[in-house]
Amino acid sequence: MIHPVLVELAAQFLLLSMLSIGGANAIIPEIHRRAVEVEHWMTDADFAQLFALSQAAPGPNVLIVSLIGWKVAGIAGGVVAMLAMSGPSSILTYAVAHAWERFRDAPWRIATQRGLAPVTVGLILASGYVLTRAADQSWIAYAITGATLVLGLATSLHPLWFLGAAAILGAAGFV
Amino acid sequence: MTAQQPAVGASALFLGFLKIGLTGFGGVMPFARRMIVEEQRWLNEAEFLDVLSLSQFLPGPNIVNVSIIIGRRFRGAIGSVAACTGLMLMPLVIVLALATLYAQLAQIEAVRGAFSGVSASASGLILATALKLARPLKQQSWQIGICAIAFVGIALLRVPLLWLLAVLCPLSIAIAWWRRG
Repeated sequence: MIHPVLVELAAQFLLLSMLSIGGANAIIPEIHRRAVEVEHWMTDADFAQLFALSQAAPGPNVLIVSLIGWKVAGIAGGVVAMLAMSGPSSILTYAVAHAWERFRDAPWRIATQRGLAPVTVGLILASGYVLTRAADQSWIAYAITGATLVLGLATSLHPLWFLGAAAILGAAGFV
Repeated sequence: MTAQQPAVGASALFLGFLKIGLTGFGGVMPFARRMIVEEQRWLNEAEFLDVLSLSQFLPGPNIVNVSIIIGRRFRGAIGSVAACTGLMLMPLVIVLALATLYAQLAQIEAVRGAFSGVSASASGLILATALKLARPLKQQSWQIGICAIAFVGIALLRVPLLWLLAVLCPLSIAIAWWRRG
């Protein structure tokens, strides 16, 4: 007997897989909208903590998807969400990648790429906004977000330095 | 496809992408490039950039698409499955183990605090990524307009993603087509 919530998770992420132009970072606002606002699977704070967990672990950004599934339906939920998120897009990529390379210089492909680029940038900006609103509950938290943003743009330091420093500040009770 | 394309087996693809999955923190693409281009020499720099731009353009997690395309190039369907499984298996096990551990430790004030700090910083990292990607848009003002509509629609108005993409993608591609050349 398959639990209905697993079916629901699979359905949500099968659709999101095909909507995720721009990759995993671009669909965070939509995952947040569904998980927090529509389905009430978790609070804003839960969502922010899961995102932090996905960043603290090794591996691709898309791991956030498995943590959403885990929160809703345990280990099985995590695996189902990840398979659903990767399945349809991978099959599409497998099917078209080869033919696509032949059209590399076709005007319609260049126009498509140029048209989609600003959409994905807007979506990733929205991800940053939604995550900041969910994560930052104090002025120190906003200061950490701001400092990471500025240092991330101005330096080429490895992201783990920022995450590590922020973790120490948080553990010491400042955030 | 080049004449001097190296022979890469399914197990090599599995192990190569396993290493990428385990070494990448905060986005794995820089690690993927180093492993694929510099260490294993499966692809040269230009070939990797081609694979990357196609992966970003198609839906799906970018690095998963990279694993599918490279796996297919060397070993067909088996290669894609081997590369993708290698990439995702260990990170999935580790993150679910961490999540289970975190659920036990979340009562401890310092642990919760540490993760609040990390989530604040991680939000800043995403904003920095977005602004870096936005830099090339400055050359075309219509692209800034499309970017702003996407941001306002998703972040402020909370429009469902499907509706936004259904309207904005055709519009944006049409403008790009009209202004080509």
